[in-house]
Amino acid sequence: MVYLTRLEHFNAAHKLYNPGWSKEKNETVFGKCANENWHGHNYDLYVTIKGDPDPDTGFLFDAKQLGEIIRERVIEKLDHKNLNLDVDFMQGKLCSTENLVIGIWQQLLPHIPAGVQLHGLRLYETPRIFVEYFGQD
Amino acid sequence: MSGNERKVAVFRKEHFNAAHRIFNPAWDDGKNAEVFGKCSNPHYHGHNYELIVKVTGVPDPETGYVMDMKVLSRITAEEVLEKFDHKNLNLDTVYFRDLNPTAEHIAMVIYDLLRARIDTRLDLQVRLYETERNFVEYPA
Repeated sequence: MVYLTRLEHFNAAHKLYNPGWSKEKNETVFGKCANENWHGHNYDLYVTIKGDPDPDTGFLFDAKQLGEIIRERVIEKLDHKNLNLDVDFMQGKLCSTENLVIGIWQQLLPHIPAGVQLHGLRLYETPRIFVEYFGQD
Repeated sequence: MSGNERKVAVFRKEHFNAAHRIFNPAWDDGKNAEVFGKCSNPHYHGHNYELIVKVTGVPDPETGYVMDMKVLSRITAEEVLEKFDHKNLNLDTVYFRDLNPTAEHIAMVIYDLLRARIDTRLDLQVRLYETERNFVEYPA
């Protein structure tokens, strides 16, 4: 078993805001992240797949093609967008990095090619804050 | 103990997260989209900005400091971080009401804000990273 990781990145605006709460409670819980007019980040997304190298190519999977799948299925929906307003798969969800990584997993999973498995995602919101997700198990 | 009037540069690194939109109000949405592409998204996008403040001067003979870094840190926090961090640069700051918040303009605004608070005998330059791969410096 070999693990292969591809790094992609996107820039987006968001806010942390629970519409079921008052403005005051949002500010108490989320602080400046609840700023009404948004703020933003440079996100880095690490996608790790696993499996056995193909005997003919030596590849687990073509890393260039993996990049194309990630960009087509995820980055195009997120890059230079407002996560709360512009992204179909985040509608009705709190735009935390935790929920975003789960949403990205669900977007990618159906498009992972046969013969390899999606192992894990690591999503950096800032150079100092990141989350990881390995699926429902 | 004399430093022979030799100049030294000291640097302070800070960061802030903000939303913005590149938009020229004199143009229609079509031309803004054509020129600025996805950077002109009406719902904004955002960045982790990294700021490097460079102060150059002769170390003070009594302290050995070009500038007390605690003071530089406090000034940068007051003039930049409190005004820009977790803000929408277009909507939440007074500086970009009539100025497109490109990295170039943000660096120039930051320079002006800091310049007013730093001893005129010291040279000042700011470097602003919008992403890891895109950054600007002012003065050039």
